[in-house]
Amino acid sequence: MITLNNISKNFGSFKALKNIDLEVRDGEFLALLGPSGSGKTTLLRIIAGLAFPDAGNVAFNGDDVTNLKVADRKVGFVFQHYALFKHMSVADNVGFGLSVRARAMRPSKAAIRARADELLDLVQLGGLGGRYPAQLSGGQRQRVALARALAVEPQLLLLDEPFGALDAKVRKELRRWLRQLHEQMGLTSIFVTHDQEEALELADRVVVMDHGVIEQIGTPGEVYMLPGSRFVSGFVGDTNSLPVTVSRGAVKFHDRPIALDTGSIADGPALLDFRPHDVEIANEQPGCLPLVVTGAYRRGGYWRVEGTVGGISQVIEVDLDAANPAPEPGQRLALRIRRGRLFTTDGVQA
Amino acid sequence: MGLTLAWLSLIVLIPLSTVFIRAAGLGVSEFIEVGFSSRAIAAYKVSFGTALAAALVNAVFGMVVAWVFVRYEFPGKRIFDALIDLPFALPTAVAGIALTAIYAGNGWVGQFLEPLGIKVAYNPIGITIALIFIGLPFIVRSVEPVLADLSAEVEEAALSLGATPVQVFVRIILPSILPALLTGFALALARGVGEYGSVIFIAGNMPFKSEIAPLLIVTQLEQYSYAGATAIAVVMLLISFAMLLFINLAQAWSRRRVDA
Repeated sequence: MITLNNISKNFGSFKALKNIDLEVRDGEFLALLGPSGSGKTTLLRIIAGLAFPDAGNVAFNGDDVTNLKVADRKVGFVFQHYALFKHMSVADNVGFGLSVRARAMRPSKAAIRARADELLDLVQLGGLGGRYPAQLSGGQRQRVALARALAVEPQLLLLDEPFGALDAKVRKELRRWLRQLHEQMGLTSIFVTHDQEEALELADRVVVMDHGVIEQIGTPGEVYMLPGSRFVSGFVGDTNSLPVTVSRGAVKFHDRPIALDTGSIADGPALLDFRPHDVEIANEQPGCLPLVVTGAYRRGGYWRVEGTVGGISQVIEVDLDAANPAPEPGQRLALRIRRGRLFTTDGVQA
Repeated sequence: MGLTLAWLSLIVLIPLSTVFIRAAGLGVSEFIEVGFSSRAIAAYKVSFGTALAAALVNAVFGMVVAWVFVRYEFPGKRIFDALIDLPFALPTAVAGIALTAIYAGNGWVGQFLEPLGIKVAYNPIGITIALIFIGLPFIVRSVEPVLADLSAEVEEAALSLGATPVQVFVRIILPSILPALLTGFALALARGVGEYGSVIFIAGNMPFKSEIAPLLIVTQLEQYSYAGATAIAVVMLLISFAMLLFINLAQAWSRRRVDA
């Protein structure tokens, strides 16, 4: 188990991390999700021992490792841009971690080579050990980087935007494959990403970060369905946000009542967030949102409709079943919001 | 291709060939007598020895300088960066006079070294120092872009795999910059072998001790012995060519491993 206790880190006057507490369970696949500048990579580097916190401590299975260097932490680290050793063959890259061991603990050359070949088979690159990194594709290079990290049998695998430099198709394949590998090898893995789809698809739990603080920790389902703050709601998945007013248990958008349960939110201005798929077409009933269509395109089995509602400038996106005829620009749709979440205007959940 | 060859011929090959044609005007015995006189051989030793020593010193310290420029930020970095190129721009005679003034027995530095029994000026050590000065930018400017290209991530990857800082340098950094380092080394060496202006002031030009081969050529010219001058030039050319060829081969070997 990895325990982070009250971690803070500054770069000059920039507060990269503010009082972070986090527990990572054994065997867990954890995603650190956030926009750039949210502190997620800094946090990963602190866990690795590539960076050190200004305050707080890091413990692995109860042992304080805060001041331990990366070489002594037994972690595998995979970089976004692979960071392969260009002048070494693929097999030498994979075997590097074993070949730099102190003489007494170093396996023989043949044993290192055999282990490298074994790992290359594992990452489905068997037979490519004699090549050089420049001769491989991006996806292959990242798998070499992974095999190299696994060669030293780390207790913890850390991945910094591991799919960031790859094209969409390779990324998807590699994601699925990494998930399998994680389970097969019984690893504890933490990966950093800014791609919410990747985090939701891959992780057991997602840590959503912004401006150096953790906004929410939860399963992908919790983070998506029950966002704990306006930021999480907006960052994880597509979201529409309407400025509304709440008074005496009723929600109003520009004097038009919206049929929704207000929960415990106090009276006054608020923000109503709803997902594009949480709407349905209604027949001009009270409590509906009138949408003027500006465009629509097919997204798999549904129409993604873009439109405007009176009073606000931002585009509203909703999804309609593809069984409907294609919405035409200028068409008016009455939408009923099936599910939405209300936030106070400072972003806190009601 | 044709244009390149024509240009190369005009600028390099034709002038060099005249050296050989001129030298061919001498008979074999006469050629050996001038080109391999004991004084000439001593001069070759001084020239190539000091150039090699200077290039080696530069390879080490030039690499350190390049490293600091690439990896660290410090006040005045841009000014220091510009200073590196100064040996390129300075008339070499100026550098020679300046160095002599500093290292002569009564100079700023020389007055402290003299009592220790270290005589720099009018000595091969002086020549080496002048050549270090002249050769530094070659190494720094060759290695700098390659080091900049070598991401810190690669070092961190090696460290995370358990490598010590020494192992990171020997097994990761050095092999990566070796081709560029060899390029810089070859350029510094070649420049050192041919250097004249900065050396003659500090060398003292004592035959058999601190007389460089280029000076010997000038001496021959001053005696209107053009054929004699070209004989020495031919010997120098051949040695230089052999050395550069060897360095190029070593470089091709090291590069093949990086870019394969």
